Amino acid sequence: MDFSHIDPWILAFSAITVVVTIVMGFRSAKSSKSASDFFVAGRSVSVGWNASAISGEYLSAASFMGIAGMVMSSGYDALWYPVCYACGYLFLLLFIAGPLRRFGAYTIPDFAEGRYDSPLFRRIAVCFVLFIGFFYTMPQMKGAGTTLAYILPGLPYWVGVVAVGAVITLNVALGGMKSITLIQAVQYWIKMFAISVPVFVLLSLYGGYGKNLSLNQSAAQTAIVQSTDPASLARQPLPEKAPKDDAWLAPFGPLTTKAVKTAADALPADQREAFIKENKKPYALLYTFSLVVGLVCGTAGLPHILVRFYTNPDGVAAKKTTMWVMILIGIFYVFPPVFGVLGRNLMPSLYTGLAGVKGTDAVVLRLPTLMHNGVLGSILSGITCAGAFAAFMSTFSGLLVSMTGALAHDVYGRMLRPNSTPEERMTMFKWCAVLIGSISVILGCFVEPLEITFMVGQAFAIAAASYFPLLFMSVWWRGMTMKGAATGMLAGGLCALFAAAATNVSNLSLDKGKMGEIFAGFAPFNKFWAAHPLLRILCEQPAIWTVPLAITLMIVVSKATRKTVPTDVRMKMLVLHAPEALGLKQEYIQEHQGPAH
Amino acid sequence: MSPIPPKETDFIHSEEFLNGLMKRQLKLSICCASAFLLVLFGLPLLNYLAPDFMAQRVAGFTLSWLVLGVLFFPYVWIIARIFITRSMALENAEVGNAAEGNKRKN
Repeated sequence: MDFSHIDPWILAFSAITVVVTIVMGFRSAKSSKSASDFFVAGRSVSVGWNASAISGEYLSAASFMGIAGMVMSSGYDALWYPVCYACGYLFLLLFIAGPLRRFGAYTIPDFAEGRYDSPLFRRIAVCFVLFIGFFYTMPQMKGAGTTLAYILPGLPYWVGVVAVGAVITLNVALGGMKSITLIQAVQYWIKMFAISVPVFVLLSLYGGYGKNLSLNQSAAQTAIVQSTDPASLARQPLPEKAPKDDAWLAPFGPLTTKAVKTAADALPADQREAFIKENKKPYALLYTFSLVVGLVCGTAGLPHILVRFYTNPDGVAAKKTTMWVMILIGIFYVFPPVFGVLGRNLMPSLYTGLAGVKGTDAVVLRLPTLMHNGVLGSILSGITCAGAFAAFMSTFSGLLVSMTGALAHDVYGRMLRPNSTPEERMTMFKWCAVLIGSISVILGCFVEPLEITFMVGQAFAIAAASYFPLLFMSVWWRGMTMKGAATGMLAGGLCALFAAAATNVSNLSLDKGKMGEIFAGFAPFNKFWAAHPLLRILCEQPAIWTVPLAITLMIVVSKATRKTVPTDVRMKMLVLHAPEALGLKQEYIQEHQGPAH
Repeated sequence: MSPIPPKETDFIHSEEFLNGLMKRQLKLSICCASAFLLVLFGLPLLNYLAPDFMAQRVAGFTLSWLVLGVLFFPYVWIIARIFITRSMALENAEVGNAAEGNKRKN
């Protein structure tokens, strides 16, 4: 292998991130002793630490690299992603965070069982945790593999997957939630530093955010913009593949109008213009609404985020944590679009690259290398690479903790061996971490050809239509029954899964590479989508109908099975809603160690 | 570790207390959510209905880019801040309310 063209700075910064993670894992593992430490970090994480940790866990490879790439390739419409990723937490704060924490469970399946007194429901909920978790893990693994291959050219894809998988699995197995909390909190600040410093340097060298944006001329204002001084800002000519200025800058651009464009292409040439004129904007509006609903509800329903609220000492702390998460994440999300805007002006050659780390997704890693000062460029590029590493490591560790928790606590501790001691469960936690870590690595090795955004989108679509309605309705409506909850959750989740999968496999069948061959059988679907653009939008972004569907089913079925409403529902609701000062709080899961409470 | 656990017959176990509590909490949450949803769904609608207005330039940004890419975040923080202050005040009021209810009942 030829290692001569490896940038030593990039290698050094990435290595430091990995080493710091391992060292911190070992150090904090010493303080993780009890089962409660492993599952919910002893329920004693302070607001500042927990907010940093949740933010660190949430900002995944898709956030760190994907959003910049998407803004660069699709323009304005892609801004909905960072905004909704951050603002989904508001829904969590308003409706779910406080009550969920007061209930005092360990995992979401605990809540599902406790609220409806139904072990069966726990099993359903566990399946969803694992399912959503693996869907979310695969893109992190792909991010790890491609980034390492970018840093060390020539290295095969699987090496990155195995390396990152092994490091994180070790950390989780050694220290559980308690050590992961510390690591994720530090990784948030690494990511924040890694995304903001290069942006400030680049903006000071190449002109401000607004100034760079103003180089993109919207159709109506060509004259005004040209009167500003264009000489001071260099802009590379855009290649053929890049979207035009007005389509990129204005709402309802390439991302949301794809369905109508494809449909128009299938029509006879003389009807095309009229069809686009009539349908483009209304359909794009519908697409935007559905995307927004899916992302906001999906954020509020991701199990690996929800489980973190149990690490707070009480409901008030849970609410405060959520607010700080929104601030930390919101500040972060201002920066990736800046990379996208700068990339469009300064590095349009990325438009011609293929998807993945060679295409627009690489803009965060590649842009700093533009700087004339070679060393500064390398250092900044090294910093962003370190940030990318922190991104998929922290998200994967969070997913691993939540999936391991589901397996060790729900499956082993509650279903298989309800009489096991906390010590046995703790040992089981370690073994489950190794098991899930290995499965994730194996899955990760196979997903190289899939797109990161495709996999993340699937996870959000399912979470939005299953967990969000479940939690929202369970917390606020006393009439819910287990049957109603299960029906709505299963129907919503499965509809979202199949609808999103239907459009995704037909997209994949158009792929020119390996995926195209595997999914070639789905190619005829595309004709159907071309004839029915409205259906295509509703399947690509199913949230606008799956979320109401799930909620409606919950209400209808619960009304029909009214007799099975848990008898002590008033007490349960009181625990969920009454302020802690009233002394009603009783942790649903208690480990009896030391003096009994 | 907790204060004296309430007795089964206390006011806080009454239907009246729970109903009022949940209603007040939900009302606050829905008010805050409406302020958020108004902008979340209003912005695409404005883009749709008044594209020229939203495309005007503000310091290089188009208006709709400025709102979505920058201003949306602080707006949500303000809503969150208001919600937390109000909900803590509400909780304190509920504690007082419960104590009073107990006195009345006993």
